[in-house]
Amino acid sequence: MAVIEVRMQPTYKRMEPLEIAEKIKESFPMDVVEVTSFRDQVSIIVKKDNIVDICRYLHDDPNLSFDHLQDLCGADYLGKKEPRFEVVYNLYSIKYRNSIRVKAQVPEDDPRIRTVTSIWAGANWHERECFDMFGIKFKGHPDLRRILLPEDWEGYPLRKDYPLEGPEKEWSGFADAIETAKKYREFDWEG
Amino acid sequence: MLLDTSTIGLVEVEEGTKILPPNLIITTIDNVVNWSRLSSIWPITFGLACCAIEMMAAGASHYDFDRFGIIFRGSPRQSDCVIIAGTVTKKMAPVLRRVFDQIPEPRYVVAMGSCACSGGIFRTYSTVQGCDIFLPVDVFVPGCPPRPETLMEGMMKLQEKIRREQARWSPWR
Amino acid sequence: MPGTYLPSDYLPILIFLIIATAFGFGALLIGEIFRMRRRYSEKLMPYESGITPLGEPRYRFSIRFYIIAMLFVVFDIEAVFIYPWAIVFDEIGIYAFIEMVIFIVILFIGYIYAWKKEAFRWD
Repeated sequence: MAVIEVRMQPTYKRMEPLEIAEKIKESFPMDVVEVTSFRDQVSIIVKKDNIVDICRYLHDDPNLSFDHLQDLCGADYLGKKEPRFEVVYNLYSIKYRNSIRVKAQVPEDDPRIRTVTSIWAGANWHERECFDMFGIKFKGHPDLRRILLPEDWEGYPLRKDYPLEGPEKEWSGFADAIETAKKYREFDWEG
Repeated sequence: MLLDTSTIGLVEVEEGTKILPPNLIITTIDNVVNWSRLSSIWPITFGLACCAIEMMAAGASHYDFDRFGIIFRGSPRQSDCVIIAGTVTKKMAPVLRRVFDQIPEPRYVVAMGSCACSGGIFRTYSTVQGCDIFLPVDVFVPGCPPRPETLMEGMMKLQEKIRREQARWSPWR
Repeated sequence: MPGTYLPSDYLPILIFLIIATAFGFGALLIGEIFRMRRRYSEKLMPYESGITPLGEPRYRFSIRFYIIAMLFVVFDIEAVFIYPWAIVFDEIGIYAFIEMVIFIVILFIGYIYAWKKEAFRWD
């Protein structure tokens, strides 16, 4: 019995994350604010204006090929950094086994950024969660509404200035439940 | 007394229940009604979070609930009690209240787990700090999660509570 | 004369029917008399997993049921005609057989027509 051995020869050249960061810096010199690295994890901090172009480049370029958006989340640096918010894109390349992090700065007075759902469809719910928790609006999102909290909740809980135990005024649905409980606590049988 | 009980051979087995051997039992309607209600409590499953796994384990074959007569039903219209197993969020609170409202009387509430009893470790904007804020709870079963035996003891306490009820079966007692 | 059945022979069935109906109604009636009542609006709402019901409960059902019912009636009547013929088949001879075959063939042509016109298609 002949054993056919198929050895998968790697046909790519894997780039180091810092090389990738330098490449981005060359391609988009006006947008990259900073490249940081901590324990071999490279993050690129960019301005929010051309984020779709940067992500499109990262996704489409055959040497980079970041086709897996591992996570999309927001961060609030109230008082610590200006601009206040950041939208963090954790990207992964399945082909080259590379991870990189792109952080887009979003200011407080204009918390809007363009959506990347046209590049990675999985960004849909992550962006909804970011909107729900931070109030960052995503321009061009097909269905931007709250995903975890009730639709008519007021406030954005993961902001640093949101009270941990909730605001003074309760959400209307919960207040209604308490009202019903009070209404029907004392009762008399009708016979 | 019309009936002289000492000559007939009635044996009082427990308070309020007499047996004429071998097979005639004399007791009160309260006892019969309470016994039949406690022997077949049918809860509606309201498993919200991790406690639901322990509730399922209690209902499975090792810690069988069926031997107590407890059969889990899917609809509030067919059930006697609601076992709230898990964290109650404020988004879920009106739903839970409505489901409880739709259970026909006599109905009972068992708060299973620390989150249902008091909010558990989650003292945040989204967690109800104890479902007894908007529901009349009969039995609190603490634990995170409570073991199936703990939930069984909770149901047995509920059974004792039902056994002590009086005159809850008719407008004319 | 074989099989004389008096109407009074069926009296046990009537008694049985009355007792069975009384059981059903009696259970509901006893409950209604002895029940403690407490009705309020949230309790009486139709159950829809804890939310106020969305959408209409009544929806239009399709015309296919009517067509199937019509076809059923026609072929059921045909079967009803065949039963007495089958009972006295021994005694009526070859001509009755041929007549019945003609009858069935006529209805069979109607059946083929219904088939070709997709009356039996459900979707």
